[in-house]
Amino acid sequence: MQPLLSDSTLDTLFMVWWSTFYAVLIGVPVGILLHLSARGAMLQNAVVNKVLGAIANIGRSFPFLILLVVLMPFTRILVGTSIGPTGMVVPLTIAAVPFVARLVEAALREVDHGLVEAAQAMGGGTWTVIFKVLLPQALPALVAAVTTTVITLIGYSAIAGAVGGGGLGNLAYTYGYLRYDTPLMVVTVVELVVIVTAVQVVGDLIVRRLAGRGTRASSLRVGLRRVRTEEPAPVTEAA
Amino acid sequence: MTEFPVITTTGLTKVYRSGGREVTALDGVDLHVREGEVYGVIGQSGAGKSTLIRCLNLLERPTSGTVTVAGQDLTALGGSGQRANAALRAARSHIGMVFQHFNLLSSRTVQDNVELPLEILKVPRRDRARKALELLDLVGLADKAQAYPGQLSGGQKQRVGIARALAGDPKVLLSDEATSALDPETTRSILTLLRDLNQQLGLTVVLITHEMDVVKTICDSAALMKGGRIVEQGTVAELLATPGSELARELFPVGGESSAEGRTVVDVTFHGAAATRPVISELARTYNVDVSILGAAMDTLGGKQVGRMRIELPGRFEENVVPIGFLREQGLQVDVVEGATADDAPTTTPLQKEGAQ
Repeated sequence: MQPLLSDSTLDTLFMVWWSTFYAVLIGVPVGILLHLSARGAMLQNAVVNKVLGAIANIGRSFPFLILLVVLMPFTRILVGTSIGPTGMVVPLTIAAVPFVARLVEAALREVDHGLVEAAQAMGGGTWTVIFKVLLPQALPALVAAVTTTVITLIGYSAIAGAVGGGGLGNLAYTYGYLRYDTPLMVVTVVELVVIVTAVQVVGDLIVRRLAGRGTRASSLRVGLRRVRTEEPAPVTEAA
Repeated sequence: MTEFPVITTTGLTKVYRSGGREVTALDGVDLHVREGEVYGVIGQSGAGKSTLIRCLNLLERPTSGTVTVAGQDLTALGGSGQRANAALRAARSHIGMVFQHFNLLSSRTVQDNVELPLEILKVPRRDRARKALELLDLVGLADKAQAYPGQLSGGQKQRVGIARALAGDPKVLLSDEATSALDPETTRSILTLLRDLNQQLGLTVVLITHEMDVVKTICDSAALMKGGRIVEQGTVAELLATPGSELARELFPVGGESSAEGRTVVDVTFHGAAATRPVISELARTYNVDVSILGAAMDTLGGKQVGRMRIELPGRFEENVVPIGFLREQGLQVDVVEGATADDAPTTTPLQKEGAQ
């Protein structure tokens, strides 16, 4: 049971890590393009926006199990196999890209348009707006989006396990369910719960740290550090 | 201040189309801002002043008309919609802009915010830091360089906004309601800063506002916008010299009611030479009349007294023709107030375009 469990855990982590990696790599630019091509945005382009939006909607409405089966020939061409953890990275990535793209789009939409305008007024172009305004300002929301993506992919990878994908889902299904090894199934499920919780906790922690820049909590820390070295700030402009 | 126009717009028109409807935000605006002056555009919300200032650096592309800033015709530069080409971006980097809601990046420190325009201009890191600290010193925030915008008060944020706007060594600073989100005391300190920068750096400032106090405090010239048009514009003295000027009336409001029947109430406007002489006193002595001052709003601009005063003379108008003639001879503008009680009565005088040119 021990080697089974640790191998399966590694398989799950492998699938989730690589599919998250590729989904972010592809999904973030697509999300940026979705945002910038929208009506009234910098690169307003109805065709691009509609096409990308349609693809994202179709991708997100596809049941994952069906998507996985449909993609098998494509997966085989791309990575040489359609089963096992390697074979699962492709459908997992493709399922997650539209998800990431929509989350990124929503995160960027929350960035105050005034900031974009300020950058444009300074003479900034599209790249400046993306890399110096949109992405840094949306960073906490983007990290939260990645956290959600990782957790969704852990869930999907368990589904993938049922059709020969390997990992903890496969272990729970073949050994726990088909062979009535209830203790093993329980252990597997508990492990998934622990992994998901850990991801969420770490994600939230990073988001809090990023979003905390310049708020009361961090100003208190900065303030305390300052008190020892500097005189109090002039109060001419106490708001 | 020189006579050289640093910003000129001709026939500036902006029409928004949404669905089948057309909204004309700007309707043939001719603006003339001279180098080194503080120019205020005032108007109610919806008058088009925000669209106007955003057209000055082409954040908003006008439907027709031209915008010339520091000798460069910006409207001739390319870029479609919200995309600007390199030439327009280069021109923009030398026009500073400050905003009502500051628009600072909360993810960057104060210093990094001021460095952003320098990053866009591809200034080397060390020069950026030096310049940013210099500018923060100029606006009195040298000690906040490492703070985040979220840790600053509104007035401090606007100071950072101003420092950032100055990073590209602009000749012109556009201020889009920069003090409208601030309390009166902070507003005053920000206006003082703008006035100092105007005088120290020879910076031309164009500001839009809905507060007459802002115009009164720092503007050399002003324009009044209504329904997408400039209905009055000129220097403060020129506006005062314009009969029926709404801006002059707002800038120097006088009120006061006649104390009894059968008395003559006149508004006297001071806008130049005579203002340094004790005219009212001379009037009283020469014609032996009792002059009562009902209300007055006077100011000293460039060593000359300008403003308006409402005085009351005993007797009806027919009996006061000679004293009123005396006041006119002194170069003052005299308007007889016909039964007027309050100054805020809507004027029916057609406002004159282009003030006293």
